[in-house]
Amino acid sequence: MTDQALPAAARPRPAWFSLVASPISVIAAVCLGLIIIVSLLAPWLAPHDPVQLVPANRLKPASAAYLLGTDGYGRDVLSRILYGGRISLLIGVGSAIISIGFGLAIGLVAGFFRWLDAIVMRFMDALMAIPSILLAIAVVALSGASLSSVLIAITLPEIPRVVRLVRAVVLSAREEPYVEAAISVGSSLPKILWRHIMPNTFAPLIVQGTYICAAAILTEAILSFLGAGINPETPSWGNIMAEGRAYFQVKPSLIFWPGLVLSVAILSINLLGDAARDVLDPRMKRREGAR
Amino acid sequence: MSKTPHRSAILDVRDLVVSLGPGAKAARVIDGVSFTVREAQTLCLVGESGSGKSVTSLAVMGLLPKNILLPTGGRIELVGESLLDSSQRRLRQLRATTMAMIFQEPMTALNPVVPVGRQIDEVLQAHMRLDAGERRRRILDMMEQVHLPDVERIYRSYPHRLSGGQRQRIMIAMALIMGPKLLIADEPTTALDVTTQKQILALVRELQEKHGTAVLFITHDMGVVAEIADRVAVMRHGRLVEEGPIDAILRRPEQEYTRSLLGAVPSLVPRPRRDEGDGAVVLETYDLNKTYQERSLFGGRREVAAAKDVTLSLRRGRTLGIVGESGSGKSTVARCIMRLIDPTSGSIRVAGREISELTRRLLQPHRQRIQIIFQDPYRSLNPRLSVGESIAEGPVNFGTSRAEALAHARELLRLVDLPADAVARYPHQFSGGQRQRIAIARALAMKPDVLVADEAVSALDVSVQAQVLKLLDDIQERLGVALLFITHDLRVAAQICDDIIVMQRGVVVEEGPASLVLAEPKEPYTRQLFEAAPGRHWDFANFRPVEAGAPTPAAS
Repeated sequence: MTDQALPAAARPRPAWFSLVASPISVIAAVCLGLIIIVSLLAPWLAPHDPVQLVPANRLKPASAAYLLGTDGYGRDVLSRILYGGRISLLIGVGSAIISIGFGLAIGLVAGFFRWLDAIVMRFMDALMAIPSILLAIAVVALSGASLSSVLIAITLPEIPRVVRLVRAVVLSAREEPYVEAAISVGSSLPKILWRHIMPNTFAPLIVQGTYICAAAILTEAILSFLGAGINPETPSWGNIMAEGRAYFQVKPSLIFWPGLVLSVAILSINLLGDAARDVLDPRMKRREGAR
Repeated sequence: MSKTPHRSAILDVRDLVVSLGPGAKAARVIDGVSFTVREAQTLCLVGESGSGKSVTSLAVMGLLPKNILLPTGGRIELVGESLLDSSQRRLRQLRATTMAMIFQEPMTALNPVVPVGRQIDEVLQAHMRLDAGERRRRILDMMEQVHLPDVERIYRSYPHRLSGGQRQRIMIAMALIMGPKLLIADEPTTALDVTTQKQILALVRELQEKHGTAVLFITHDMGVVAEIADRVAVMRHGRLVEEGPIDAILRRPEQEYTRSLLGAVPSLVPRPRRDEGDGAVVLETYDLNKTYQERSLFGGRREVAAAKDVTLSLRRGRTLGIVGESGSGKSTVARCIMRLIDPTSGSIRVAGREISELTRRLLQPHRQRIQIIFQDPYRSLNPRLSVGESIAEGPVNFGTSRAEALAHARELLRLVDLPADAVARYPHQFSGGQRQRIAIARALAMKPDVLVADEAVSALDVSVQAQVLKLLDDIQERLGVALLFITHDLRVAAQICDDIIVMQRGVVVEEGPASLVLAEPKEPYTRQLFEAAPGRHWDFANFRPVEAGAPTPAAS
């Protein structure tokens, strides 16, 4: 009977295959990859010290020595943008990882324990009700303008969104018969959560992570621009633009170049996130072999 | 017998080929299928899952998924008009006016946010110029023809307010409102309870006689075929195996495949009851209750008893069936016994130990005594775990080493007739029947005293169903495990159960040895269930009516 014949293992194409297949996501990946590489290699690539003040070189136009010119304190704009990428990307990636870490833990617990759910979710709703920029400014104002406090300030408002996402996935996964089967064979709660429920959240979290990353870079820039970000001496894309604001009439390129890099980075991350969603989501919905 | 060959042909399908994509080399999903449906005639397209019966019907309707499945050969003619050459515009006209279709799941086929009357009205508006009063008159008339009660109220009702049977009647009304010459019914009664199924089948017959509609009826259920078909076309792997009048197919099937398909239909004649023996009682419930509280928005409270005072007992090596329609509480009982939900009151004893009130932690050691097999083989295995990991999970929880548990998993796979190297594979590489075997192996890995099978064969094709039932029987013979078998299907129950409990709305209405309950039902509800079982007059495996001389259902 057909029941006895084991079908040959028809391996589905791996997810990255479809990512590569779309030209827009390839362009986005190349742009983002370039920005990451030059930021990581900033100490070797940067032609000048990004923080040293050279008053004699104030507001120089673009030249062979200063490819993008200098800022109001005589610092090389290109070098500052290269170093600034390290801070901005660190905040983006760091914020995504931390918010997903906390959000995943809280979401799993809230989704699985009914009695905790109401308490946790009302708290998350309250957190979400505060505008994230206001919350971030408050956190920085309370704990001082350091890299870690800015990171916390940016990450905190993102956590409820991750919690909601994880909780929704857990609520539907816990009804799956394979979870009930795991309960029946006496698996402990942590094991059920870890082995049977948590893997369902990975695909949506990867997508959400890219959005958080992009949003965090942008929020850092806004905070810096408002003067509530990290120490203005430390180059970050937001700081560079904030300082350029004073010279906007004289030398718009001070805002233009960091702004352009920031826009390209965020657009690339968002496009990759969209592509990842398109690849991962239908797989989630299709549910292996569903008829 | 409505076997009149000179009736005019409504649908004529000749050498139809449907391929996966264009080109001569593309895989053929449908390969050279031909049949004719005539006026006032019902042709049943029968086959197991993947046989191509639904694809054939979609090809007729012009509803094949674009650019994925393409009709690449043959002809489809509807009242002399070639459908494969018709424009999309023309096809849209033909659908509803000349051909119409009803589906398996009426809830998803209806728009949930539009009252059903208006949904029928949309069909009329799209195809006819009539004033509102005239349309309404026609719709109400059609709704009366499909025997809906209180048509004025139902006209304004939303789909969720109606029962499954009523929704299917709405679908039929919608399909027939334009007076089509051809009705395609794709498993229209599969999602319905047997008693409702019987009414819907009778309705299709009645409307067909009244309007002379040709019906192409797609089903996997030989019982339904025996009830409704004039002619039968058997399909397998996209090819037509055999086609002929109902009587010839059921009495003298020519092809081996048709014979095996008929042979796999479980008989309604209960199997002989095995000796009760003196095996220990391994599962007992006493006055088991499960009550749900429904709270309305304004504080009103309503208690719904999903299971009421259910008392049962099961001995080692025996099989107890719980039979009932949807909403009868049979699954509630199973889930209470498994402690997947907590009973409201009553006692559950598994292997002599009271488990109804144990906490999660105290319950854990007793879990291995009782195991469950679920209905949907596609969702009961974690798609991310290898088969071996799934089977080994339970024993590892109870202290077996991983290596030992995996070695045991290989043995268990052989026991359920799967190759031992399946341990390293993943669930998506297996068919539904194979997955159900894996689920059985997972349950057996715990060496349970009781195996609960919750509709465990309901999602399977009959031939696979027969194999899984036989497997369960063999395992019981070998290991002496007790089976609690929950099913809506009396045929399946007759094949495997020693004793049967019949439930209706949470209450046990009849219980006793299967041979007695099925052969001489005492309660009217049991009798009603039994009479609704499709094809009960036909002994499929022996190619003859159940009683010699009795009229066949198709002829009556």
